[in-house]
Amino acid sequence: MSAGIAGAPATDAAEASRARRGRWLRRYGLAATGGAIVLAWVLVAIFATALAPWPHEQVDVTRRLLPPSAEHWLGTDLLGRDVFSRLLVGARISLVAGIVVVVVGGLVGTLIGGIAAYAGGRAEEWMMRATDLVMCFPPIILAMAIAAALGIGVTNTILAMLVVWWPKFARLARSLVLVQRNQEYVEAAHVLGFGPSRILFRHIVPNAVGPLVVLLTLDVGTAILTFAGLNFLGLGVIPPTPEWGAMVSEGRELVEQWWVATFPGVAILTVVIGFNFLGDGIRDWLDPKSRRR
Amino acid sequence: MSGAQPLLEVRDLRTEFATDAGTVRAVDGVSFSIAEGETVGIVGESGSGKSVTARSIMRLLDENARIAGGAIKFRGRDVMHLDREGLRALRGSDIAMVFQDPMTSLNPVRRIAGQLVEGMTVHGRYGRGAARARAIDLLRRMGVSAPERALDSYPHEFSGGMRQRVMLAMGFSNGPSLLIADEPTTALDVTIQAQILDLLRDLNAEFGTAVLLISHDLGVIANVCRRVIVMYGGEVVEEGLAEDLLSDPRHPYTWALLNAVPRVDRKADGDRRLLAIEGQPPDPLAMPAGCRFAARCPFREARCAEKPDLAEVAPGRRARCWVTQDGGVLPARGAHGARLADVPARMAPVAARDGAVAEAARPGPILELSGLAKHFPLRGGGFLSTPRKVHAVNGVDLVVRRGETVGLVGESGCGKSTIARLVTRIHEPTAGRILFDGVDITHADAAAIRPLRRRMQMVFQDPYASLNPRMTVGDMLAEPMLFHGIAAGRAAARGRVVELLDLVGLPARAAERYPHEFSGGQRQRIGTARALAVDPALVVADEPISSLDVNIQAQVINLLVDLQERLGLTYLFIAHDLAVVRHVSDRIVVLYLGKVMEVATAADLFERPLHPYSVALLSAVPIPDVAAERARKRMVLGGEPPSAIDPPSGCRFRTRCPLAKPVCAEQPPPLVEHRPGQFAACHFPGELG
Repeated sequence: MSAGIAGAPATDAAEASRARRGRWLRRYGLAATGGAIVLAWVLVAIFATALAPWPHEQVDVTRRLLPPSAEHWLGTDLLGRDVFSRLLVGARISLVAGIVVVVVGGLVGTLIGGIAAYAGGRAEEWMMRATDLVMCFPPIILAMAIAAALGIGVTNTILAMLVVWWPKFARLARSLVLVQRNQEYVEAAHVLGFGPSRILFRHIVPNAVGPLVVLLTLDVGTAILTFAGLNFLGLGVIPPTPEWGAMVSEGRELVEQWWVATFPGVAILTVVIGFNFLGDGIRDWLDPKSRRR
Repeated sequence: MSGAQPLLEVRDLRTEFATDAGTVRAVDGVSFSIAEGETVGIVGESGSGKSVTARSIMRLLDENARIAGGAIKFRGRDVMHLDREGLRALRGSDIAMVFQDPMTSLNPVRRIAGQLVEGMTVHGRYGRGAARARAIDLLRRMGVSAPERALDSYPHEFSGGMRQRVMLAMGFSNGPSLLIADEPTTALDVTIQAQILDLLRDLNAEFGTAVLLISHDLGVIANVCRRVIVMYGGEVVEEGLAEDLLSDPRHPYTWALLNAVPRVDRKADGDRRLLAIEGQPPDPLAMPAGCRFAARCPFREARCAEKPDLAEVAPGRRARCWVTQDGGVLPARGAHGARLADVPARMAPVAARDGAVAEAARPGPILELSGLAKHFPLRGGGFLSTPRKVHAVNGVDLVVRRGETVGLVGESGCGKSTIARLVTRIHEPTAGRILFDGVDITHADAAAIRPLRRRMQMVFQDPYASLNPRMTVGDMLAEPMLFHGIAAGRAAARGRVVELLDLVGLPARAAERYPHEFSGGQRQRIGTARALAVDPALVVADEPISSLDVNIQAQVINLLVDLQERLGLTYLFIAHDLAVVRHVSDRIVVLYLGKVMEVATAADLFERPLHPYSVALLSAVPIPDVAAERARKRMVLGGEPPSAIDPPSGCRFRTRCPLAKPVCAEQPPPLVEHRPGQFAACHFPGELG
């Protein structure tokens, strides 16, 4: 009898918790999926050699172009290397390249754009015209030209990408700082006698950083894609090193042996989607309108 | 009107918003009716549900809102269940609505003609030609000069007041029987507000259009409306004829509203504190079960835990209050003063600063401005043409003595905020001199001025923009102390933060929290605490209360007055609300287009103003008292302030001045002492008013 009475509120509580879970899923589900994908790839990159069933550089011409099987899960390539093992190890270089390009490019761009907006006048004019100059070129072509001039190699390719990567952050950072610069709290900081670097970095930047974080996250996917593209074109890693773009490139003429090119392609796809979901999620989360208490 | 069917009848209206935290009942059982041709006002603070009520009538609600119950009938027709077609017909031609912000309610990329004519042709009553002719007619009627030219203009070519006239023309284009005006003058200057209110009254008299006016300002309501509805916490708490309700309020909330605002026509008695009711409006997610006002009510009784109904308290008057329903009387102002001055009672004895009195007694003025000017260059213009300038401030002389409060008043664009930013050296003056405490800071660089920053601080207008949203309140208050070496270390700073919070009436735990966790009034207290963190002598307050609700305004004013007494502060107080300025200031400076028109003690200025602009400004302020409003001689200023890019020659005010003579265009009148302590810049001082 008492159980019956106690049961009613319990179902209510269950109902409420289900509703809460539903709301959470609707709001953060996509971001959580993205985050899980990204996290999975990061773990894979860290433990790649331990996870790989075969040594990824082991060439065995007798076993070339084998289709996926229990032994070689994703088949073997032209030189008889295990595609799955190379895929896992390849995650390292792709993730590192993507993250380095975006973080360094983002920092440089934010610094240039932020200082330009806060300083104003001549300095702003020069900095922003330099930004426009870089933005005039199609990024991948410019990156190719620079990478080709610097010579093949991962470091050079990343450098080349950095040159084309910072301007969009500079533009965004400038617009964000411009919005904040005229807010009353910045005037208040000024009246309190704080110096310009303290005002810019302690007061303005923390308030402008939200959209930059979103762009940063969304951009890792693009950077990985671009890096893979450059590798596909033969710039970037020096051959035996496994890299997804280069692996797709190696398999591009093997129509019969579809697995050589397809699986690295799928890997690129999942990473890019993962970062995009995560970026969208962060954007929604930072948007006060969608957050509403 | 008796017995006839009302024009609009709202019965037991309930509108809810679905939010993450739960359901908010924004409008909770509101009933009222409007007769044909009647003027009704709804008053209440933000969150009281007044705007949502209006939007519910028009069925213009946000996606997460829904009308949960009740009935809305327009001429007996059910509005609640109208389909799209029916709603469209109703909105355009039977009920028109004018919104608060004239800057965003017109489509910026279309000419006025297109927007006005479309509104008429779409309901099929007029052809294009006829509609255009009527549009010209309407604009003229609304007081738009050169209506033919106005029709071919874009909205950005108009000022706020002019856009509001266009909105009214649009509203009246199909001859509606009801006009809903939601805070139509809140974004406008007083002189423009007076014009628009006059227009509303005339339109009501001329066309017999019923008006539902929504405002937070009882003066505005008294000016236009016959009947008043007071809302609080989503409910109607009092209803009655304007003259009864404003002279003899029967609900404590109405009583508090009336007593919390200083009036331009009343002298400040010795005490500058206002009657402020405690606390905040109730949380809409957790409405109290009893009387919703009980928590803040000075007259509450045990019975108030039970919810009162809206019942008749006198013929034609209803109130939702146990006390007055039993024939209880709410005292006239003053009787409850001691009990209501909550701020000083709450304040712990944090020792008036050592030497506060000595500071005030020191000889010499604290601030001297002479010939101060600031011109802002305009961007754009031709490549070869000389760049044009906005003449924001143009030769202002002013002396502020230690310990006094000087009020700066004027319409927007008069340069009052620019003066605040010149004094605090956010901007550098174009010409003139600023002496602060005897030190010339006119062109001092950041390093030279840094030590003086401690003695000169500013409180800002917008409590939402003036606090860094990413810093805790504690960090925000500690940072300046550490920066200027006032506090020896983090621990000392923390102790002082608690003292500061206590000084402004906030609990110590506020230090751990972020600005968004506070209400507007609390944020303004935090902003004040930040200014006080460096222990200043002069505080420049730039419209510190203009974005707050009436009751919260009173709390903040009381705080500022208390702080002045305890710390010996000097205030440069900027506001557009003349009644408030009169209330708190020793002396007042009236500005117009970057020039000083008049300087006088508060009493002199309000009792016998010398400059015609001062007279006009004073008479434009609506008074929340129907009898006083009727009795008083008004001088409504026509037109709008001219552009500060190309100000008029001679006297700047001459283009709107009723006394203007040829000499005014030729010679700028000097600022001359006409009576002891009263200066005016006018060729014909004292001839008006």
